[in-house]
Amino acid sequence: MSDTLLSLRGLTKVYPAVIANSDISFDIGAGEIHALLGENGAGKSTLVKTIYGLHRPDAGTMTLNGQPYAPSEPRAARAAGVAMVFQHFSLFDALDVAENIALGMENPPPMRQLAQRIRDVSNAYGLPLDPARILGDLSAGERQRVEIIRCLLQDPRLLIMDEPTSVLTPQEVEILFQTLRKLRDEGTSILYISHKLEEIRALCERATILRLGKVVGACDPREASARELAELMVGTALKPPTRAAGAGAAQGEVALEIRNLSAASPRAFGTALSEVNLVLHKGEVLGIGGVAGNGQDELLLALSGEMRTAPGSVLLAGEDVAQLPPNERRARGLLAAPEERLGHAAVPDMTLIENAFLTGAVREGLERHGFVDWRRTRGFAEKVIATFDVRTPGPDRIARSLSGGNLQKFVIGREILQDPVVLVVNQPTWGVDAAAAAAIRQALLDLAAKGAAVIVVSQDLDELMEIADRFAALNAGRLSGSVPVEGLTIGRIGLMLGGAHDMEVARAEAG
Amino acid sequence: MGGIDPILLLASLMVASTPILLAALGELVVERAGVLNLGVEGMMITGAVCGFAATVLTGSPWLGFVAAALAGGVMALIFGVLTQYLLSNQVATGLALTLFGLGLSALIGQSYAGITIDRPPSLNLPLLRDIPWLGPIVFRHDVILYLSLAMVVAIWWFLTRSRGGLILRAVGENHDAAHALGYPVIAIRMAAITFGGAMAGTGGAYISIMRLRQWTEGMTSGAGWIALAIVVFASWRSGRVLLGAYLFGGVTVLQLNLQGAGFRIPAVLLSASPYLITIIVLVLMSLSRNARNATPGNLGATFHASN
Amino acid sequence: MAMIRLERRADPSNFWRYGAPLVAVLATIIAGGIMFALLGKNPVEAIRTIFWTPFTGRNAAYYLSQLPIKAAPLVLIATGLALGFRAGIWNIGAEGQYVIGALSGAAVALALYPMEGRWLFIICIAASLAGGMLWAMIPAVLKVRLGVSEILVSLMLVYVAENILASLAVGAMKNPEGYGFPGSRNLSQYPAVANLDIWSGTGIHWGVIAALLSVLAGQILLSRHILGFQIQVAGLAPRAARFAGVAPGRLVMVCMAASGALAGAAGWFELAGPSGIVSVDFNVGYGFTAIIVAFLGRLHPVGILLAGVLLAVTYVGGDVARSSLGLPAGSIQSFQGMLLFFLLALDVLTAYRIRIGRKARA
Repeated sequence: MSDTLLSLRGLTKVYPAVIANSDISFDIGAGEIHALLGENGAGKSTLVKTIYGLHRPDAGTMTLNGQPYAPSEPRAARAAGVAMVFQHFSLFDALDVAENIALGMENPPPMRQLAQRIRDVSNAYGLPLDPARILGDLSAGERQRVEIIRCLLQDPRLLIMDEPTSVLTPQEVEILFQTLRKLRDEGTSILYISHKLEEIRALCERATILRLGKVVGACDPREASARELAELMVGTALKPPTRAAGAGAAQGEVALEIRNLSAASPRAFGTALSEVNLVLHKGEVLGIGGVAGNGQDELLLALSGEMRTAPGSVLLAGEDVAQLPPNERRARGLLAAPEERLGHAAVPDMTLIENAFLTGAVREGLERHGFVDWRRTRGFAEKVIATFDVRTPGPDRIARSLSGGNLQKFVIGREILQDPVVLVVNQPTWGVDAAAAAAIRQALLDLAAKGAAVIVVSQDLDELMEIADRFAALNAGRLSGSVPVEGLTIGRIGLMLGGAHDMEVARAEAG
Repeated sequence: MGGIDPILLLASLMVASTPILLAALGELVVERAGVLNLGVEGMMITGAVCGFAATVLTGSPWLGFVAAALAGGVMALIFGVLTQYLLSNQVATGLALTLFGLGLSALIGQSYAGITIDRPPSLNLPLLRDIPWLGPIVFRHDVILYLSLAMVVAIWWFLTRSRGGLILRAVGENHDAAHALGYPVIAIRMAAITFGGAMAGTGGAYISIMRLRQWTEGMTSGAGWIALAIVVFASWRSGRVLLGAYLFGGVTVLQLNLQGAGFRIPAVLLSASPYLITIIVLVLMSLSRNARNATPGNLGATFHASN
Repeated sequence: MAMIRLERRADPSNFWRYGAPLVAVLATIIAGGIMFALLGKNPVEAIRTIFWTPFTGRNAAYYLSQLPIKAAPLVLIATGLALGFRAGIWNIGAEGQYVIGALSGAAVALALYPMEGRWLFIICIAASLAGGMLWAMIPAVLKVRLGVSEILVSLMLVYVAENILASLAVGAMKNPEGYGFPGSRNLSQYPAVANLDIWSGTGIHWGVIAALLSVLAGQILLSRHILGFQIQVAGLAPRAARFAGVAPGRLVMVCMAASGALAGAAGWFELAGPSGIVSVDFNVGYGFTAIIVAFLGRLHPVGILLAGVLLAVTYVGGDVARSSLGLPAGSIQSFQGMLLFFLLALDVLTAYRIRIGRKARA
């Protein structure tokens, strides 16, 4: 084994009311790919931000290459040879690739030289980039390349990667791994943060596992089983969701149909939907997979009614609803829960009662002659809270004060309790703790078992494999044909996510 | 001849445009940093009165301009502290700045009403001044006017060619990303806000010291608001700010001349024309897709680095 | 190293939500005192002259009757503005809508002069509502159809309205029996349309009643009506509003129309009563001061009522201080601007708490 590059001793970071990191100690070797494994909220992000100088620890020390290391800001970290690829990109949509890269460097060369170096380095690592393109026009995978090249141009000794594969197709993941292995062979250390066990087993030589802010174990992930890692990470054995026998097997009547739906994105730098077709039956869970930014948001907007589309493109139980506004669709039983909890699915600074009224007004009869019936609305909010085990002191609390998992339970529960005919959810368990995620998945399955049709849009393929009956892939605004989940391999999914030309492949598979 | 001399008209166009140009250039930098300061009018009028007062007290118009820039900068700092450190709403705070500035200037200016100062000397560039036509139009102005033109180039260079400008644009585009890369978002914005205030103050003083050479209450009469509109018109580019400012200066001068010359256009239409044309220009700009995409991504958004 | 940081509260502080305006008023009085001291006036004397003397001294009855006269337009305009501000719609051109509303009412009144009948007053009110509303619809339509900033357009239209006022006052609306002096007939002396005190000498004219009604209606709208709910959602989370089925364009139209109409009516009540004459200096900035009133009242109708009375006090007190102490007119305006600064500064405490010094261990 190689020498130690970075060693952490007793790092502690306290936020009001929560200890994000508590007495964290471990070493990262030179030329090692070191995994930092943990659930959402385990303290991974806090720890890497400390290493990158974004905040200072309340206690503990770091040593880099034998020297004390206490970066006061990211610039100091970069100067010491520490680079980071962010989970939520630190990129600028309106600037071009070269400008984006220059912003992440300490002493960038003049723009023309920089552009040449970007071309050289990106080709050398198999991640080709055009320095003149405007960032907003790039795909998620290309945007990540920009981040990586930005780091590589500074010859880092330690490269931190925070959940890098959440935006990549399986094929892109493979390319990324090749790049990372090449870097390791050149002597760069990599701190690889993830909650995806298989990736870590495929890539990393050592793993440190965090739970609730503490180190709970270390191992060689190539030797440990996924199950062992999972139990270390989660703490308790999780109950996988259960399905009623024969659910999804029998096809009910058609609940929702999308016909040749094409629509421009309402957002700058959004993705247009292009000839989307799908048929959804009662009692069925359709999983729609795809890398972020391939039209997921737009599809949800087109179904929720926030975006109107051509007449005849969205049919609910045979009725054309494509031109109807959100509340008319709700009245007919088409409900939705968007990805962004704070600010889209819920109003952060309003109480849970007000947030219950937000989407519940029509179907729950909370509105009388244009006036809000606050008594009934409170009742509805309390029912959501009780039924879905939302942990909060009461319905008078504002949405922002809830944890991610609890708010998500409230948002999904609010729609489920309205007894939808069709429910569309986008990223239902993103950033949610494991217990809440399991509860949400179970609730979606129960809803389908009662005869509702459910569309789950998610970037988490494992989640889709777990709860969906059929699977379709969204790529650059195009939706593949749907295939049964049973017997579907990751390789095949990868092909489906790869592009529209695979639709035929998928269809053949289905037939 | 309707009594309008085209050479004089063009020369006075440049003079009439300069206050708006200065203020709009300042606001351009502020907005590129992602901050919307609606207090331009308030900073201009404060600059106008402070500059005028300092000129009367010291006898030096140049010290007057320094005082105006300082006054505008201090006003902007109030806005900066409120919006950047105390996270107040930028629209409301900018309005408060304008209301406060109008009141404060009336207060300070009370004892300066009715005083007239001499016209500060022009540069009268030798040789160039004698070029027929061009000389009287372009080369017989004061140093502040040339400074404003130099600022157009300097700000263009800073924003598009310098590293500092790149960082400033990055902060305005996406403050969270800039923060994650370690750039001091608030410090950069404070600097931009203060610069914007100094420019607005100077612009205001140009009205009181150079153009009218006296102080009257509310004398900026909406120039600050027009400067804000010009930044939109210019799609946040400094060269087009120059174009926009001179366009409006032209309208102002022309309508004054037309009124003076007694043309048969209703006076109300003429005196309202700068404001009406501002609206028309805003409408025309909204029809262009490019302009909308040029808006800095985080314009007007509050930044608070949690964790 | 000592440091000051802001930390978001889990739930907004009710103490600061209601306490901030009071602290802001106190801070403004102190800062205003310093400002007066710098101007060479005795600060205690100045503050007392503004806030105390008018309402306790010999002419208290007269000054008290001035309070509703000054407060009514402020409250009427601010209630309308608050609806838009809550929804993130920035109509800052109420001053222009106020002028156009007044002129619309005056146009009807002067056209029908000297017709008799109290119903004319109602017609004039309707005309002023329509005039203010239409003037506000210009920025509203441009905003909805073309995405043009309503801030800049509504403000530009203030200057246009002032130009129209100036030209009418010396032109079409000039009093034919006025011996060439600028200004219209005195409408407060035209019984059919005059807006006089309902109880003589109290200052309570029909505009005051309208202001109280608007507060009541605004209160019901915001707390119980679905439109009020939509307004609040749109301001707090625009995406959530669209998700909940709020049509943003319609909301812009409704809010602009309501604020424009109320500002227009305020203009007419002022013109037909306290002011009387269409003249160049008819508008005195109520449309701008109402912005301060709206924020000081927390964009909340009942709060606006209280804030309107407070600002009316500063107007009346300011007038007294001007005549008895020689305080310049601008001092009251800067006083009001300062009040808004302090309020905005203290607002942060509602959502955040301030931490000083090194972080405490949990």
